[in-house]
Amino acid sequence: MPNTREVRLRIRSIKNISQVTRALQAVSTSKVRKSMATLMQTRPYATKAWQVLTNIANQPGRDNLHPLLTQRKTISAGLVIVITGDRGLAGAYNTNIIRFALQQFSKYPYPIRYVAVGRKGRDLLIRSRKNVIAEFSNLPAAPTYTDVSAIGKLAIEEFLTQRVDEVFLVYTDFVSMVRQIPTVRKILPLEYQRGEERVETFDANARHHIEATYIYEPDMDTILDRIVPRFTSLQVYQAILEAQASEHAARMVAMKNATDAATELAASLQLEYNKARQQVITNEMLDIAGGAEALSSQG
Amino acid sequence: MPIRCEIVSQDRMVFEGEADIVILPGSEGEMGILPNHAPLLSTLNYGVMKVRFQGQEQYFTVAGGVVDVQPDRVVVLTDAAENVDEIDVRRAEEAIRRAEEYLKAGPPPDTDEYLAMEAALKRSHLRLEAVKRYRGPSMPSYRREES
Repeated sequence: MPNTREVRLRIRSIKNISQVTRALQAVSTSKVRKSMATLMQTRPYATKAWQVLTNIANQPGRDNLHPLLTQRKTISAGLVIVITGDRGLAGAYNTNIIRFALQQFSKYPYPIRYVAVGRKGRDLLIRSRKNVIAEFSNLPAAPTYTDVSAIGKLAIEEFLTQRVDEVFLVYTDFVSMVRQIPTVRKILPLEYQRGEERVETFDANARHHIEATYIYEPDMDTILDRIVPRFTSLQVYQAILEAQASEHAARMVAMKNATDAATELAASLQLEYNKARQQVITNEMLDIAGGAEALSSQG
Repeated sequence: MPIRCEIVSQDRMVFEGEADIVILPGSEGEMGILPNHAPLLSTLNYGVMKVRFQGQEQYFTVAGGVVDVQPDRVVVLTDAAENVDEIDVRRAEEAIRRAEEYLKAGPPPDTDEYLAMEAALKRSHLRLEAVKRYRGPSMPSYRREES
């Protein structure tokens, strides 16, 4: 028989917790809205920039175009940039992305250097004894391109100095409030992509045009030097925005679940408390009745 | 057959639509892009680009950037772009004043802020020029002030 006092205390503490989770849920809801707005603003540019990069990458003889586009014949190391959050209480968000990253690269035949973006990711990667060469945490809530361009620069430098031969980006893609997908994307060198939408829509002349090489103005080196590194860093930036929106959405859902669970638990404890209280009263009544019975039978 | 034209700045999709010809401020000079143009990748200067479709012309300021021309589309990627009709003259003037004030104080060059201010100044001058030149008389340049 649980003690009524104890149950009452538990109910109170659960209600307190549910207040906290409800507040966090409200905060995350507003944050996810804000992140989504930023995301929708920057997405067109990033998508188009990516398209331009793939167009360039689809050029014949791309291996001689630019060092960042060159696919190396022998690969001896990879770099993986994993984007997580700085804080927990976001359900399985952080563990999911790390587990996804580790699983994706468990069969990777070469040594991997990791770059952790977000404190949670750093901790989890170090705990699983990975080679973390850099970490970027405490990013501002709404980072600008310049806030995070160092990450892209680091990746490019690692690649150009041949310390790594491939660079991957692992992040959580924001699809909607309830759907976020762990994603891996190879950013260096760019993946050759076949069968883009253009080929289908531009049927008759497609073959011819796909083969055609670009005319460059002012000249190839100038323009590629200008856009390839920049657009590559931009992909990192966009991934961070996607990941942040995903994190807020995940936290919102986790907090909603916690609030619901707390409410449910409080209700069932309330029932238990009522029962216990009823039982105490019944017992007291029985005592009194028993006492009265004993007295009357004596007399 | 028209060509598809997309103008994307860092913070939004500025224009998306069909065009008979797109005239761009290329770094090597002005260029007109017609449908079925050979693939071309070019840097852009600060300037005004024109999109003509069925006799109607629209003007956009572009603050540098690049253009990716494919036979069926022209994609302009730029730091900033706006439709000349949407330029807020007062804001541009304000920005010029702010930037000039900042630069007059003689701050250390080559800092991020210095470069940003310089770019803002350049962009705002471009906007005002474009308004002067391309906004029709039916469109009073101070229209926003009244609202």
